[in-house]
Amino acid sequence: MDLSLLSALNVERAARRAAVLVTDIGSGAQRLVGEADLATDPLAGLLDKQLRTGKSGTVETEGTRYFLTVQVPPPRVVVTGAVHISQAMAPMAKLLDLDVAIIDPRTAFATPERFPDVTLLPEWPDEAIKQLGLDSYTAFVALTHDPKIDDPGLEAALRSDCFYIGALGSRKTHGRRIERLTAAGFDEATLARIHAPIGLDIGAVSPSEIALAILGEIVMTLRGPRRALS
Amino acid sequence: MISTDTDILATAESWAKAGRGVALATVIETWGSAPRPVGSHLVIDEEGNFLGSVSGGCVEGAVVEEAADVIADGQARTLEFGVADETAWKVGLSCGGRIRVYVEKVH
Repeated sequence: MDLSLLSALNVERAARRAAVLVTDIGSGAQRLVGEADLATDPLAGLLDKQLRTGKSGTVETEGTRYFLTVQVPPPRVVVTGAVHISQAMAPMAKLLDLDVAIIDPRTAFATPERFPDVTLLPEWPDEAIKQLGLDSYTAFVALTHDPKIDDPGLEAALRSDCFYIGALGSRKTHGRRIERLTAAGFDEATLARIHAPIGLDIGAVSPSEIALAILGEIVMTLRGPRRALS
Repeated sequence: MISTDTDILATAESWAKAGRGVALATVIETWGSAPRPVGSHLVIDEEGNFLGSVSGGCVEGAVVEEAADVIADGQARTLEFGVADETAWKVGLSCGGRIRVYVEKVH
């Protein structure tokens, strides 16, 4: 592989843009096809189909075998609340190859000491989410318990293609949240996208256990369960 | 730190930019219960240092060996690994799957 091609691929990845590296397995010839060039590529149809699966794979056309390295943006978790649960969640998410961004306007909470090696935005969600952008490779998690912070984040997530939306809080808290979001104009089907109570029901008690339950639910939403749930 | 596929491609780039001889191995096809999905990467340098995985550790040694030749002659190769054949003393996958691995030089 040409080093410049590898660099270009890494640039696309860092910018959260989808791309396909096309390798002719026989000749070793390669090219990088970004979203913008997709339509004009000679293999446009095949590339588009493979990109939609989100997975790399081998295709054969007119006697030539190509390996398509599909690169979709790495899944990311955007969290409101620089709280104890998100402190546990950050390193766990990293192990799972999930990027993490934590939003909290309360600067006493959102400190680099509490959150080393994490994208930390000590701002209000409206502003922070504008910078981050929410896409279909993003999971949104609301953890502050404070409607002033969580609600604007949830509203942005509900208006986006986020693959997962979760909100911390008891059924009662969530009931009040649903009332507020309904008043803000969201319909029932849209509000049903919110996972609440948040996380897989593993009986989580400690902040780390709750983080595990949430990340487990995010991974399950991303990958789909392998066995039918009873 | 456990390496992720993101790290591996970034590592391949930084190793190559540092002037090290680098090969990138990619799982291009799998059959049966292969341990790592298609698209998984292993990056190898000329001294045999490697990061990532193309199997559960079963065939990495053989891929690293082959990578040395790929780095030396610049020719990409496709390797295939199947079930371990103990009598023939060949590496293989004890899980019963088969995988095909494309190994190319980064230059």
